[in-house]
Amino acid sequence: MSKMVEVDNVSMMFNLHSERIDNIKEYIIRLLKKELFFKEFWALRNISFQIDKGDSLGIIGLNGSGKSTLLKVVAGILKPTLGEVVSHGNVAPLIELGAGFDADLSARENIFLNGAILGYSREYMEEKFEEIVSFAELEEFIDVPIKNYSSGMTARLGFAIATMNVPDILIVDEVLSVGDHKFQEKSFARMKTILDSGTTLLFVSHSIEQVKKMCNKALWLENGQMKMFGDTNIVCDAYSNH
Amino acid sequence: MKQRFFEHIGTFVKYQNLLQELVIRDIKVRYRKSVLGLLWTVLNPLLMMIVITIVFSTLFKQSIPNFPIYFLTGSLIFSFNSEATTNALYSIIGNAPLIKKVYIPKYLFPLSKTVSSLVNMGFSLIAMFMVMIVTKAPFYSTIMLLPIPIAYVFIFSTGMGLTLSAVTVFFRDIAHFYGVFILAWTYFTPIFYPVSILPETALGVMKLNPMYHYINYFRDLILYGRFPGLKENFLCAVISLISLTIGITVFYRKQDKFVLFI
Repeated sequence: MSKMVEVDNVSMMFNLHSERIDNIKEYIIRLLKKELFFKEFWALRNISFQIDKGDSLGIIGLNGSGKSTLLKVVAGILKPTLGEVVSHGNVAPLIELGAGFDADLSARENIFLNGAILGYSREYMEEKFEEIVSFAELEEFIDVPIKNYSSGMTARLGFAIATMNVPDILIVDEVLSVGDHKFQEKSFARMKTILDSGTTLLFVSHSIEQVKKMCNKALWLENGQMKMFGDTNIVCDAYSNH
Repeated sequence: MKQRFFEHIGTFVKYQNLLQELVIRDIKVRYRKSVLGLLWTVLNPLLMMIVITIVFSTLFKQSIPNFPIYFLTGSLIFSFNSEATTNALYSIIGNAPLIKKVYIPKYLFPLSKTVSSLVNMGFSLIAMFMVMIVTKAPFYSTIMLLPIPIAYVFIFSTGMGLTLSAVTVFFRDIAHFYGVFILAWTYFTPIFYPVSILPETALGVMKLNPMYHYINYFRDLILYGRFPGLKENFLCAVISLISLTIGITVFYRKQDKFVLFI
């Protein structure tokens, strides 16, 4: 088994004050009062785990336990304050569907823009174009600007683009509950095909059922610390009984 | 070190397509819903030129032979820089939703703004050539060398854009101040007045203005048909590289913190 994602002693610190200091006056006042780098908040502390090729890891925990932060660190969006994350292979983040859509552009134009954001060439996108449009069921609206789309339509398009390719590592943050019942089934089927072809999955969900169904390993986070890591059923049962 | 370098080149190639798409988006979105569309890139400098010529040409008639071209050469270069840097300034904070959700090399945002301003500048050159034909201005062979000063300005603007986009994330004040700064800079650059009207001391200070050197270079090629000496070339290249070095250093040091502040 080859290692796909290695998370080595990762800690992530946020500066709660710094959120609001974005003008010079405030900065100088805080500097004089010496409370500039004051209130530290550790969203993650000493997280270490490894996942192998073909594994799927479910991350569970209460709100604010650091699940999304962990996904963002693995996806490379956040750089950990301490520690290191190494991923072997291309990472496709499904953290928010339709991130990077430009509301003024049509779906056709957005498909190419979004594909480029995920690092695909224009030729490759042209090849996949039909497939994306038919999966998202948007044939009729393909030249309409995205701003006139319903949220379900946007999410469908986002999902279709993000999952058209089989990535080495797929990162999913509770986006599977998009669209109507029919589309949800379709997207679950799509996820299954991707997983069956050997993709490594990192999956955040509040639904223990979903985690049990999709994942073979689970990680339980509590207040930014690892509470438990191992086989899905054992971790999920411990979490439910908690 | 060497390996890191190749990694950077690798990601640059991988995301080249994104740079292209971002530039296309910029241009498309800018002229969406306007009847004349892309034609505005040509019309805009032309109309500006007409206004400024009506206002100022009588004032500087003696010292500037072909005022429309004199103005256009100056304003083309100046607005290339001011447009590129102003847009780059907002590029990181403006793309906050994206930066929070997907990993993308962040320098692409300011860089795409400089590139789309470069494309714009290309269209504006058409306007200038049209005016040159209408005013029967001579076409010197030095016009072939136009890409050189444009490259200098492009590198300079990229550097400035990188710096501004990074610093603005931490201090939004910059965004408010920069408009005033650009206005002051416009008046302190010989775009519509000849340098000869400046007193001695002001001329000394003027030499510190990078735009002064770039515009002079540009005018030498178009208006006077001469190639600036090695010294001038060296100076322009050094200014550009200093700007780029500062830009890359500031941006590289701060980029991991962007996501926490936007």
